[in-house]
Amino acid sequence: MLDHDLIRRTLGTALRTGGELAEIFVEDRTSSNAVFDDGKVENLSSGRDRGAGIRVIVGETTGFAHTADLSESGLGEAAEAAGAAARRGGGGVVEVALTRQDAPRPNEIAILPEEVAKARKVELLRRADEAARGAGGSITQVTARYGDSRRRVLVANSDGLLTEDDQVRTLFTVMAVASGDTGMQTGYQSLGRTVGFELFDRYDVEDLAREAAERALIKLGARPAPSGTMPVVMGPGGGGVLFHEACGHGLEADLVAKGASVFAGRVGERVADPRITLVDDGTMAEEWGALAIDDEGSLASRNVLIEDGILTDYMWDLLRSRKEGRPRSGNGRRQSYKHLPMVRMTNTYVLAGPDDPGQIVADTPKGVYVAHLGGGQVNTATGDFVFGMTEAYLIEDGQITEPIREGNLIGNGPAVLASIDAVGDDFAMGSPGMCGKDGQGVPVGDGIPTMRVPALTIGGTA
Amino acid sequence: MAAPTSSPELLGVAARIAEMAGAGEQVEAFVARSTSTSVKAYGGEVESLTQASSAGIGVRVIVDHREGFAYAGTLDEGAVLDALAEARDNAQFGEPDEFNALAEPDGVEPAELDLWPAGLEHVPTADKVAMALELERATTGRDPRVGGVRVAMFADARGEGAVATSTGIRAWGRAGSCHLAVQALAVHEGETQIAAGLSVGREVGDLSVEEAASDAVLRATRLLGSTKPATQRVTLVLEPRMTATVLGLIGGMLNGEAVLKGRSPFAGRVGEAIASPMLTFVDDPTDPRSLGAETHDGEGLARRRNELLVDGVLQGFLHNSYTGRRSGTASTGSAHRGVSSTPGVGAAALAVAPGSGTFEDVLAAVEHGLFVTSMAGLHSGVNPVSGDFSVGVEGLMVKGGELAEPIREATVASTLQRLLLDISAVGADLEWLPDGTGGVTLVIPDVALSGT
Repeated sequence: MLDHDLIRRTLGTALRTGGELAEIFVEDRTSSNAVFDDGKVENLSSGRDRGAGIRVIVGETTGFAHTADLSESGLGEAAEAAGAAARRGGGGVVEVALTRQDAPRPNEIAILPEEVAKARKVELLRRADEAARGAGGSITQVTARYGDSRRRVLVANSDGLLTEDDQVRTLFTVMAVASGDTGMQTGYQSLGRTVGFELFDRYDVEDLAREAAERALIKLGARPAPSGTMPVVMGPGGGGVLFHEACGHGLEADLVAKGASVFAGRVGERVADPRITLVDDGTMAEEWGALAIDDEGSLASRNVLIEDGILTDYMWDLLRSRKEGRPRSGNGRRQSYKHLPMVRMTNTYVLAGPDDPGQIVADTPKGVYVAHLGGGQVNTATGDFVFGMTEAYLIEDGQITEPIREGNLIGNGPAVLASIDAVGDDFAMGSPGMCGKDGQGVPVGDGIPTMRVPALTIGGTA
Repeated sequence: MAAPTSSPELLGVAARIAEMAGAGEQVEAFVARSTSTSVKAYGGEVESLTQASSAGIGVRVIVDHREGFAYAGTLDEGAVLDALAEARDNAQFGEPDEFNALAEPDGVEPAELDLWPAGLEHVPTADKVAMALELERATTGRDPRVGGVRVAMFADARGEGAVATSTGIRAWGRAGSCHLAVQALAVHEGETQIAAGLSVGREVGDLSVEEAASDAVLRATRLLGSTKPATQRVTLVLEPRMTATVLGLIGGMLNGEAVLKGRSPFAGRVGEAIASPMLTFVDDPTDPRSLGAETHDGEGLARRRNELLVDGVLQGFLHNSYTGRRSGTASTGSAHRGVSSTPGVGAAALAVAPGSGTFEDVLAAVEHGLFVTSMAGLHSGVNPVSGDFSVGVEGLMVKGGELAEPIREATVASTLQRLLLDISAVGADLEWLPDGTGGVTLVIPDVALSGT
């Protein structure tokens, strides 16, 4: 992506003011998107973003600058700006030697989306619209979106690291609106993988569209959600966001170090039922958060965060692991070359447990069954988190009965984690997600088996 | 964007592309450039210092009523021409829509606004660093329970943008602002609370370290000792920033695109009372008090004052040129976009007309309520199509007209339609927020609060 001598010279320039570590992150991102809305293909769009972010670390201080100008002078200016921001006398001429490291990809890409005719992408949208509208006369509007991106990155630093990755992601989403006597309701379904256009050889967009439409139709007849605290059973895959919010963010080492996490100082303690093992795994082939390297050049890895209910480790980036003298975990990520990396999740999931999913529901006299969750949000300092239920039902006398309307659930991470009392043997990954932290979004995956939380607060009105 | 002072280079870049339009083709170029600084302080040191500049161009092509779009994150000659070629190619795949066309000059003069912080450019980086460090010291030095921050930050941004089209639009403007933000950590008897304080302005001289620090400390410490409330029905008292958040959601439902495409519950209700007669709100990007103020919208038309609700009666919807044309009206100058997307529709400076009474006056009339100071899960628990509204809340209970014990881990739920109709008091305490919206204290009785 960039001449190696130029990289060495740029890192040398960045270190002239006495920096301890200099890093260059080069990114070349291309994307294409197509939108089908209101019965027609609205437009096709494509874009390209290419540039480099340079950071220099001195003690506790990071200097950072970025540029879209990848010429010798453009990179030199950015290197000087980053170096000036992290200055510590001394310095002088620094020679950097680079050693190329190959990073194994989680999976191969069979069909690069950029090599697929645009007409084929558009055709998928038309098929989805037709299938969603065919699901019932009450479907009054359909929006289908296709998106692909290819993100080539190179990371090099003055410790001699030089490594690259080529990340290809493909996404398809459908939102349907159903209208009835009680107003309008929406249903949403999405499919996203770190693969190319072969995604559509394996999955039918018609299935996705019908699922979105059915979700909207179900909610037309939904009752207001209950208000108050009761048991909640989460379906397989649908509830992964719960762990992402309830404890994932709280296990990010940067928040832990600042005392902004309720999980600080708790490694080695029991935090959950022995049936719970939580993993963050960037190597999980094809999943939405899969990578060969993180955005600091560390190899992606499979990290066990909670093992048999015991908190085993946090997630780490370069800054925190350097500070604490421990290995990195492949969790240093950034939205683009314009952003500084920080600790982020990749694919976060709970392993399957021993319980029979059907029995979990049957053993719940009264509660809520959440088949599909929307996003969520957490206050890591208190551990309080919310997440939205986009498809949910009442459980009455051990049976899943009537659908309920949308709303948030609220709970406290450590308390919810410690209280989970059933873990099914039916693991599934959930929908592709975009995780936001300090204004930066990165793609993440999540998954869970069926599980039960004995008490969560349902944000309804009834 | 603010009014031009000379013929800017950026407008030249946009115009050159627009002038490449061939016969039967419309071309629009939207070009933007910005520079920014951000300093984060932590533990008495600079945690990070970022110096950044960005530029980009978005090109829209319409041929035979088909639309195509492409963007590039640079203004390099080659990349700009590639974007034009790619947008032309993409236009072949859009379906024809008789209403697809670029904006045309509509004779509305842009407001004269001075949005450019001329002094900001000359503030030395060392002064910005000093402000961030001072903010951390000011935050940690005022209450024994606040011993640290998650981060204390100074940030500024200055940007200019230009739109040129083959239909004769030539628009350019620039604006800038800076802010201080701190997240205070309050710790007491094993419990930690975190809350943010802000100070926002156009010039460094508009900022107050004191204001940001004291706000963060008050917000974090008053939540210490909070507990989960019982499930009950309460009167909601929304502080101005919460009001602005809720009205931002309503503003989205009054977007002409949502209305045309059958995704707004307010479609077809112009002239009807959809809210309490106490509520009037407008989107006025020509009001220089709003940080969302700008002279031109994303299609290069003059931004203008649009009344959305007057005394609770719906006046109309916001439009860009496409939704205006298709609705049989015209653009309201509300095209909203960035470089990497086609223009949508959006408010820029939504604000509530102040009612009567100070915050204390409004509060005094509330017998049993919840004063809401933060909401969580707006993206997951609010559906702008159905209007279903369910969010996590923190705040203080209100008893006999006074603030009482803090609560957390609770939700409030209703529908946005219901909340609007039930408003029973509107304060006079207008506060402008960093996102350009203006809020006041609002009171809404009989809302479901879920707790234990």
